[in-house]
Amino acid sequence: MKFSKDHEWIRLEGDVATIGITDHAQNALGDVVFVDLPEVGRIVTAGESIAVVESVKAASDVYAPINGRVTEVNSALVDDPALINGEPTGAGWFFRIAPDGDLPDDLMDADAYAAFVDTLA
Amino acid sequence: MTESDSLLTTPLDALHRELGGRMVPFASYSMPVQYRAGILTEHLHCRAQAGLFDVSHMGQAELVGEGAAAALEQLTPADVQALKPGRQRYGLLMNEAGGIVDDFMVANLGNRLFLVVNASRKHIDFPLIESVLPTGVKLKPLPDRALIALQGPAVAALIPTALTFMGIGEIEIAGIQVIASRSGYTGEDGLEISVPAEHAEKLARALLAMPGVMPVGLGARDSLRLEAGLCLYGNDLDETTTPVEAALTWSMGKRRRMAWDFRGADAVRDHLDNGVKRIRVGIRPEGRAPARGHTPIQQNGAVIGEVTSGGFGPSIGAPVAMGYVARDAAVDGTFLDLIVRDKPLPARIAPMPFHPHRYAR
Repeated sequence: MKFSKDHEWIRLEGDVATIGITDHAQNALGDVVFVDLPEVGRIVTAGESIAVVESVKAASDVYAPINGRVTEVNSALVDDPALINGEPTGAGWFFRIAPDGDLPDDLMDADAYAAFVDTLA
Repeated sequence: MTESDSLLTTPLDALHRELGGRMVPFASYSMPVQYRAGILTEHLHCRAQAGLFDVSHMGQAELVGEGAAAALEQLTPADVQALKPGRQRYGLLMNEAGGIVDDFMVANLGNRLFLVVNASRKHIDFPLIESVLPTGVKLKPLPDRALIALQGPAVAALIPTALTFMGIGEIEIAGIQVIASRSGYTGEDGLEISVPAEHAEKLARALLAMPGVMPVGLGARDSLRLEAGLCLYGNDLDETTTPVEAALTWSMGKRRRMAWDFRGADAVRDHLDNGVKRIRVGIRPEGRAPARGHTPIQQNGAVIGEVTSGGFGPSIGAPVAMGYVARDAAVDGTFLDLIVRDKPLPARIAPMPFHPHRYAR
């Protein structure tokens, strides 16, 4: 699993990347009450805001961490957004993207991401 | 100097940190937005049992001397002189244009008036009040007192008192002398407890040790007051808004509406007699997406107002909001579009409170 500076995780399996927000991100947001997911088929660019997650407190953007095409979204989140708090790297995934080209080289592994989060404290 | 170095703290600061409070800047104070349980749990717990809130950042003061009530009435349309000893009421401080300088609570403690004003406005309110006082009436700010709100249906059994809704008195809780009023800002029954700062932590610990009492942060305080249809100064009220526009005409005393002898009375009277262009209403968005403050409100493609407070209502299980709309549109059930992220979100004007008040009347 890889991580972005915007606190998304990316799990590449074959030619599809599953993407969600990290445990650190869900904890910082607090209780999630709403998500707005991208349309399937949308062509996205790394760094582009493509989803919105709203906690009781505030709305936050979720960015595409890689270039590609959205192949699937997790519609279970629409009725049960609390999955994002409960299982951020499991059932709380947001969307799947078929990558276009190589993954950006600034993605981090778990250790590097943990170190990055420590610098934010 | 970083931001956190310059923030003020309340007498419960160490306790907040011990309880896992997530501290954020609010009105120049470092305050807990939530504790470990999180906003949803804290909100629902307060409605089901009891929540403890530190509201020590709010401004407390005494107004002492012959004619204190009449002096305060120069600035507020509330009927302060009719307030009997042991009673409290909600009021508005006014400017010359009929705009709201702050909303506040005023109580008659027998030999003095007791005031509670908003944290973000105390530096404006106190000099304003002092500026109208005659010789012999003194405003005494009480920066050495903390304020703790204990709210929820369990409170009455945990701390039995003779107080009824909006009653206030000097009582003893956990061996500590306090000024307690049966009021709050959640829509629930409960107490607001003014206590000397040096006893605040001891009192808070004693309250938290009672069965069913959970610490609740500012996040849930905001969602609770919003569900209860209560205004937040700075969001829903400001100096350009009159009590009539704010749908707070009820806070103006009948006698005061005969005499029109308070600051800004002409403008308020004009609004009452000739109507207003905009008025505060409750709004229920369809679906789950919350509409936050400053969301534009449209009807048939034309902007007719703006959301001033909005979010998710945990007890409603749906988003709720309040805002100002054109007077003609302000009818319950009227369809609106809220423009959220450049897209129209269907919504309807709805009666407030969204969650029924459960005061001990």
